[in-house]
Amino acid sequence: MKRLEVKNVKAYYRLLIGNKEVDVKAVDGVNLEIRKGEILGLVGESGCGKSTLAKVMSMNIKPPLYFKGGSVVLHTRDGKSIELSKLHKEELKKNIWGKHIAIIPQEAMSALMPTLKIKRIAYDVLRSHNPNITLEETVSVLKKRLEELGLPDWVVDRYPFELSGGMQQRTVIAISTLLNPEVLLVDEPTSALDVSTQKIVIKTLWRLAAKGIVDSMVFITHDISVVRQIADRIAVMYAGKIVEVASTEDIIFEPMHPYTKGLIDSIISLEPEVRKRGLRYIPGQPPNLINPPKGCRFVNRCPFAKDICSTKEPPLTKINHNRLVACWLHIQG
Amino acid sequence: MSCVLLETKNLTKIFESGFLRKVYIKAVDNVDIALKEAEVVSLAGQSGSGKTTLAKMILRILEPTSGEIIFQGKNIWRDLKGLKDLKWYWRNVHIIFQNPFANFNPFYKVDRTLRQALELIGIDPDSGEGKKLMREAVEVVGLRPDETLGKYPHQLSGGQLQRIMIARAWIVRPKLLLADEPVSMLDVSTRGKILELFLKLRDEQKTTVLFITHDFGLAYVVSDRIMIMYKGKIIEEGDPEEVFFNPKHEYTKELIESVPTLYRRWKFDL
Repeated sequence: MKRLEVKNVKAYYRLLIGNKEVDVKAVDGVNLEIRKGEILGLVGESGCGKSTLAKVMSMNIKPPLYFKGGSVVLHTRDGKSIELSKLHKEELKKNIWGKHIAIIPQEAMSALMPTLKIKRIAYDVLRSHNPNITLEETVSVLKKRLEELGLPDWVVDRYPFELSGGMQQRTVIAISTLLNPEVLLVDEPTSALDVSTQKIVIKTLWRLAAKGIVDSMVFITHDISVVRQIADRIAVMYAGKIVEVASTEDIIFEPMHPYTKGLIDSIISLEPEVRKRGLRYIPGQPPNLINPPKGCRFVNRCPFAKDICSTKEPPLTKINHNRLVACWLHIQG
Repeated sequence: MSCVLLETKNLTKIFESGFLRKVYIKAVDNVDIALKEAEVVSLAGQSGSGKTTLAKMILRILEPTSGEIIFQGKNIWRDLKGLKDLKWYWRNVHIIFQNPFANFNPFYKVDRTLRQALELIGIDPDSGEGKKLMREAVEVVGLRPDETLGKYPHQLSGGQLQRIMIARAWIVRPKLLLADEPVSMLDVSTRGKILELFLKLRDEQKTTVLFITHDFGLAYVVSDRIMIMYKGKIIEEGDPEEVFFNPKHEYTKELIESVPTLYRRWKFDL
């Protein structure tokens, strides 16, 4: 069942304020499980730690971010379990990234080297894993993959600037998954694109999973309307914590955590029920992650807060086999 | 009620580029629009459709190639003469930009924006009346004066800064407020509050609000009327329900199908 397990992970940014060192607790005790064969949407607002969590899931950690504790375990297709959080950077580079976990960060299109044709870029990627591969072999592998993803094969002979933004993004997706990794982590793959291009990119990601090229996918975004189109489950993050995990339909139609509820209610979309419902919002602002509140991190914005909420932190608790919630309204104190 | 505040007639803007061989781009192509008093209108379109060019001409910071813009009976590119007339125009036509952080000079406290607004309408910001108005404006947009006044821009969030821009508009009371993607940089959970304030200006001060946006969902939910722009032309105009759920133009239909929906899931085939 499990593909990637994130257990009680803490990852902080070390900052210097004045002459005092402080930690920004961007990911603070996160437990999350990515299942085999699923697309998991990781949603949250700016500064909630979702991109940091993506970095942690692949152990792609660079200062000022540091790994404070916990573990990240990958279960590979051939049945091995690898504790990524114990590996050194060189081992991750050589054996994990690209092969088992592919990462497409925000604005990945800008990673395409402007002076190289797409086939040369793909060649460099493949060569770093297999020194014996030739350019001709790369071209045939890449063409086959482009076809599988519904992209035209003339892309291989183009320079990146000859492609549109959407085409660049889809090319990045194709190249970064050439080695059929078990897990793909994509961070805001559509946020810089027009809606019509956005739909095509989402379809490309869906195909990648539907054809089994990647097995599990984590789709990180602030835009629930986008990720709900392909996600099987959605995890909601708030102020460095996962507050709710459930099936996509449950998150949208029956959210349990007050933050999820508030967030879903605030979404503005082109649908009659949204115009009828009118404008909604969550008052207040997320807490400062240098000194987060002691209890629940949503307590100062929550309309249902009780006494216990400001004193004791609610653990992420299993409600049923498809839902986890971290809220004192739904779990016993 | 249905008094026309601003209208454009055959408004066109052609950009010229290239050196030996000139390339002409019709960014705005023969546009006729009319904005009434106290209505919220959205000018919606994809990037490159010409919506910001149209807004800049209305704001009188970009000169049209041809055509007219009439505001309260005055042709703004012909009849406004001298600083006094321009000041009158900009007191009545205001804009709120997309990036709240770019609206503020980081070296000055946010109060400066409100003080300038008071000066624009001839009130001394240090007088009793000026101070009272400033606090009132901040309260209207849902901020606490003692938590916001006297702060520097970096000490406030994007949503708070955007609200101060609206507080400024509340002081100056423009007849027409242009809002160029005013919430696209803000978190989803705070957008509703900001958008509500625009509706409040319409209801309480009879302000006309023109949203310039690529977000069809937003246009649909907040507007009294919609205009869809495509390749420099207004291709669709009318009631939000009519425009979005019974579009005439093929382009609008296709675009609407690409807008992600919250309650409905797309179906893909391999």
